[in-house]
Amino acid sequence: MLSIKDLSVAFKTRKGEVNAVRGISLNLSKGETLGIVGESGSGKSVTSYALMRILDAGGEIRTGDVTYGGIDLRAASEKDMRDIRGREISMIFQNPRAALNPIRRVGRQVEDVLIRHAQATRQDAKAKAIAALEAVKINDAAARYEAYPFELSGGMCQRIVIAIALACKPQLLIADEPTTGLDITTQKAVMDLVGDLAKERGMGMILITHDLGLASQYCDRIVVMKDGLIVEEGEPGRMFTEPNHAYTRKLVDATPRLGASIRSLLPPEARRPEPTHKVHARPLLEVRDLVKTYPGKSGPVQAVKGISFDINAGQSLGLVGESGSGKSTTSEMIVRLQDPTSGNILFDGHDIASTPSAHFMRHAARRDIQMVFQDATDSLNPRGTAASAIAEPLARIEGMRGTKLAARVSDLADLVGLPQSLLSRFPHQLSGGQKARVGIARAIALEPKLLILDEPTAALDVSIQALVLNLLVDLRAYMGMSYLFVSHDLNVVRLLCDKVLVMKQGEIVDHGPTATVMDKPSNPYTRTLIEAAPQPPEPVAA
Amino acid sequence: MMAGMTAPHPSRTAGQKNDTTLGHIVYVLKDNPVTMLAFAMLAFFMGCALFGPLLVPYDPLATNAARALEAPSWDHWFGTDNLGRDVFSRVVIATRLDLTISVAAVALSFVIGSILGSITGYWGGWLDAVLNRLLDTIMAFPLFVLAMGVVAALGNTIENIIYATAIINIPFYARLVRAEVNIRRNAGFAQAAKLAGNSDLRVLAVHIFPNALPPMMVQVSLNLGWAILNAAGLSFIGLGVRPPTPEWGIMVAEGANFIVSGEWWMAVFPGLWLMLAVFTFNLLGDGLRDIVDPRKRT
Repeated sequence: MLSIKDLSVAFKTRKGEVNAVRGISLNLSKGETLGIVGESGSGKSVTSYALMRILDAGGEIRTGDVTYGGIDLRAASEKDMRDIRGREISMIFQNPRAALNPIRRVGRQVEDVLIRHAQATRQDAKAKAIAALEAVKINDAAARYEAYPFELSGGMCQRIVIAIALACKPQLLIADEPTTGLDITTQKAVMDLVGDLAKERGMGMILITHDLGLASQYCDRIVVMKDGLIVEEGEPGRMFTEPNHAYTRKLVDATPRLGASIRSLLPPEARRPEPTHKVHARPLLEVRDLVKTYPGKSGPVQAVKGISFDINAGQSLGLVGESGSGKSTTSEMIVRLQDPTSGNILFDGHDIASTPSAHFMRHAARRDIQMVFQDATDSLNPRGTAASAIAEPLARIEGMRGTKLAARVSDLADLVGLPQSLLSRFPHQLSGGQKARVGIARAIALEPKLLILDEPTAALDVSIQALVLNLLVDLRAYMGMSYLFVSHDLNVVRLLCDKVLVMKQGEIVDHGPTATVMDKPSNPYTRTLIEAAPQPPEPVAA
Repeated sequence: MMAGMTAPHPSRTAGQKNDTTLGHIVYVLKDNPVTMLAFAMLAFFMGCALFGPLLVPYDPLATNAARALEAPSWDHWFGTDNLGRDVFSRVVIATRLDLTISVAAVALSFVIGSILGSITGYWGGWLDAVLNRLLDTIMAFPLFVLAMGVVAALGNTIENIIYATAIINIPFYARLVRAEVNIRRNAGFAQAAKLAGNSDLRVLAVHIFPNALPPMMVQVSLNLGWAILNAAGLSFIGLGVRPPTPEWGIMVAEGANFIVSGEWWMAVFPGLWLMLAVFTFNLLGDGLRDIVDPRKRT
């Protein structure tokens, strides 16, 4: 049905031309689901944009043929393409909220595409739009028709986007990272829905993702892309058990899964013995009856409802939960960026919650509690260099200056594996993994006793995630830090943490040693979370 | 043991020409010929302001009744006025005064507006509400009339023209900074700065405010042109610089009386000069923004 032959795409930039896609060939038959897997910069999204002819300014198809059902998509006029987009080939994007018009009722947005492609008239558009919403299993579709995007959850928004994409019954659906940023249970619901609909309608699908595990679960065939080239193509099962290409092997290794150890995520030649970290019996952090209440439009909202837990010196605690569970609020209170409404936070036996967060920078414990932020890009000042970011806590709290400061910054860069030449770079000149290293170097600069890690690898490619997780394990053993690891990814928590807390709607619903909670889940909610995570097939031992 | 950790990406070759500030400025100028033209014209006006008195052929205040109202010629490029003064010399000399007024006024409103905007954008609350209503009140006046009122009330001096021009511009800066600061006050880098031991005030001044500079530069350059027009306008209606000081607004005002009788050069040349100056500043904005934005240094 779709055939791409020798496609190459180039972008014009300030530093000359960049070849994003360098001659790839693909075929997709009717009703088949193809996964395109690759890390950022592999050209996987550009490929799909090129075949929809929606490349950004400066992008151009250089060579190759793209044929869809006998139509040459490269030669088709813009007018023909407008008819094809949405009716023959549809696309769903990464951020559903950004893909919807915020000031139009969602039902209207479904109608728009129906009317545009003459699938409905003004009279029956509403009925057909509601039917389209029902097709994506939206409960009470007639009422949802009237909703604005901001009134709906992320998962619901993605369903609306899918409803819009499928309203005209296209033959091919391109899903570009459709579940990135969604909770793990929502991800499963959305992917199951898309998979079922594709099967039901005999629709072809291209699933573009960085998650090999997800692709293996939903795709008939997978191609792996790297630097604009296809390095391997095959069935998902075979890809995991006997990857042919070294890069595929690296991706398979780096994908966290059941039975993996932290070192097994790395390529075999980089696996050194895993250092052990010493857990003391003395509690470092004691949280007692912590409550956070926000004033809301319809009465106060309790984000955290009186939780208590301990972290021993040297221990790593995983804090797991979906969005809205209060895990981020909890970590912000512990790191003293927010004040709790009530409750105590004892650090080394002293109550640190009694000092308001606005004055906490002068508190003696400031240097001992540091944090690595979720979004490495957002957490670095765009106007400061990597070196200035790492130097900031040393200069402000330690009062370090001049050559001593520069020497310490350069030591820290070595410690986190950041090349010295990158220290003078601005954040936008660094890759995601390099920015994560800068963020970690800044957080450990003062050798804190407790490091709070707020989904530090959520925005990273799997191979970079493997490196960063291993770095964290090394640093923990080297510096004897305690970690509070906040994450929604249970497979990652399993690798790193001694103990796990599961939070739901501001309360702790499950807790215990990682092995007990994760491998023999007794709590039904924990079990739902574990089952929702994509479980890639077991690879053969390397 | 950590030395064994490898970087995820091979380091790209550093130390290219674009990485230095000067190299970046050169790139921005080369990239956009309009910016180049704007900077060239700015250099010309700066030259006039700094060295004008050394360059001009005649004393701008010296009258010569014998050669009054002469049309442009090789002796007097822009002609002479009704008192026989050389219009060209007066136009060039006036550059310094007009640029001083506009730069001082814009600098003043930039500083005050930035402080007010930063405070309201960062802390919000009742202070935000009160200050914003105050700024609304200023913006609700016809701005030129407000400036006239300020000068009329405070007295007809150059300082008061500067204050009047600054006051009517403050709300624009305050609003802009407020919006830019507000979207960044909970950004990750602001929170990280707090963890690094910075007080709120320092986070605001050192980490958040500088990120508002790129859009501010556009505002500054448009505003400079506008401030020149404003100062000239005040002088034109007699509420500003007083004769016989050479100033573009007064010269246009004086020259306007002679247009009907055919002596067009008295009003047209200062007017053209004024227009060129405003035009220069308006063109400057995009280039200035690109220079202060580190993200343009890819």
